Amino acid sequence: MSWFEKLIPSRIRTDAKGHRAVPEGLWHKCPMCQTVLYQAELERHQQVCPKCSHHMRISARRRLERFLDEDNQVELDAELEPQDRLKFKDSKKYKDRIQVAQKKTHEKDAMISMSGSIFDVKVIACAFEFKYMGGSMGMVVGEKFVRAANRALAERVPLICFAASGGARMQEALFSLMQMARTSAVLGKLKEQGVPFVSVLTDPTMGGVSASFAMLGDVNVAEPKALIGFAGPRVIEQTVRETLPEGFQRSEFLLEHGTVDLIIDRREMRARLATLLAMLTGQDSPKTEPDQGLLSSPETESSS
Amino acid sequence: MNLNFLDFEQPIAELEAKIEELRYMGSDNDLNMHDEITRLQDKSRELTESIFSKLTAAQIAQLARHPQRPYTMDYIDKIFTDFEPLHGDRAFADDKAIIGGPARLDDQPVMLIGHQKGRDTKEKIANNFGMPRPEGYRKALRLMEMAERFQMPILTFIDTPGAYPGVDAEERGQSEAIAKNLQVMSQLKTPIICTVIGEGGSGGALAIGVGDRVNMFQYSTYSVISPEGCASILWKSAEKAPEAAEALGLTAHRLQELKLIEDIIPEPLGGAHRDPEQMADNFAGSLRETLQQLQQLSLSDLLEQRYQRFMAFGV
Repeated sequence: MSWFEKLIPSRIRTDAKGHRAVPEGLWHKCPMCQTVLYQAELERHQQVCPKCSHHMRISARRRLERFLDEDNQVELDAELEPQDRLKFKDSKKYKDRIQVAQKKTHEKDAMISMSGSIFDVKVIACAFEFKYMGGSMGMVVGEKFVRAANRALAERVPLICFAASGGARMQEALFSLMQMARTSAVLGKLKEQGVPFVSVLTDPTMGGVSASFAMLGDVNVAEPKALIGFAGPRVIEQTVRETLPEGFQRSEFLLEHGTVDLIIDRREMRARLATLLAMLTGQDSPKTEPDQGLLSSPETESSS
Repeated sequence: MNLNFLDFEQPIAELEAKIEELRYMGSDNDLNMHDEITRLQDKSRELTESIFSKLTAAQIAQLARHPQRPYTMDYIDKIFTDFEPLHGDRAFADDKAIIGGPARLDDQPVMLIGHQKGRDTKEKIANNFGMPRPEGYRKALRLMEMAERFQMPILTFIDTPGAYPGVDAEERGQSEAIAKNLQVMSQLKTPIICTVIGEGGSGGALAIGVGDRVNMFQYSTYSVISPEGCASILWKSAEKAPEAAEALGLTAHRLQELKLIEDIIPEPLGGAHRDPEQMADNFAGSLRETLQQLQQLSLSDLLEQRYQRFMAFGV
């Protein structure tokens, strides 16, 4: 008890423990502009700051649920579980790391895939769960991607993948490296058959994921200011022994250097990809609507 | 300490030094040291055999990076004829970390592509220690597509610490260059044999490593990350590299057990650098045999088997 609290007569003393004026998680501070945001509002904006448009990370499930039309989402290959083929053990056992990650994310592995549509344009979509071991790609991730691609091929509907990954999963050693070859090979089939693949690179997309299927989109899209590259900035800094330029390996840098086609705000993603994919698949232009007017800020709305 | 020998080879180095000494004495005065020398040579061979019969993964990783280990160019010189090195990606530059061009294996025209580390300091720097930039991978791609047009089998030699992690490499799209190769190689209409001759460093190795057969030299390594890199991330200490090497299972034997590679090409006693001629013979034999097997397949079978080979690494 502090000296100040001691001065207060005991009958008007309140016990701070167990009481919180504001329930946890109701407010969220934007790490970029420091604005304190109401969680429900942030949710409505798909984890994009309504003030400064900073794109915060979003869970794979939440992303796909918001991205696809609500009425026909079907999760694919949800039963696939990671295996510890090598009995890998570092400072912790891989098996234990899997358990921790599963508990934390409520996902079996770092990718989920769904079939559905965007503004009635049919698609197969998959997304990485970054909170699951850094979205690392092991056999299950590779397998889910390959199965999603095969399904897109069989149904002749476009494939979309939202990447968010640190790269290959070390604990699955060379098996994870081979997923780079597998996922790239299956995209070769899509290319042959003229089935579109749109790769959406989100923060962060690095290493073996960026150096395989994520760069092989017919269209490569990035979310604003996402970190995208082959080697991590720290590794590069140690190699070249100089500080890296501002904005290095960010979406805008990649756009300038010709690696990505487009940068699209998360809240516009649905509408713009639907419009784009309808053209690539010879369908009529879909009737898209701006996502609940989320892109114009409240101030401009009231003034107009 | 003899620098021609690795730390775990020091007992051999001591014996070899003794043999040298005796030889010197033998030629100096007329003493016949012959029997003693033969005895010590036998002992040295036994010792080498015994040390090399139980190498750890970390020791094999040291051998794979041995400064005297033969590189791609050494094997090209010893095994092939008519090699014509072709340069550049036709867009930006010529990356010396990857060399390639047409050559003949016996009478058969083939396309050779391989990482080339450098022997001396000057060459090491010019070749960027065998770490390619995007233009290197794009040169490889250009040569592979050329091989397809002219129906030449492709032989790749993998020996790299990894793709170069640098600002310029990122600017020119390192990821895209690697990814593109993976996709194109999976569909090239010509046989591809990939051999890890030294260090198979992650995506930088895989970018010329998608083929109908992936073989490894006995003391080469192939891994998703270097043992040092893995140790510093997962153990938070690069000193745990030996443990990481073990856990990653990066040796030819372990990877063959896991069915990730096909054949292991045996190395001479003490490693490829102890007898490069013998190593080249072993390698050439393996290439001839594998090529013959692949050339018996129809093109559609070849491509389907290659595709299924990689698809098999799933759940």
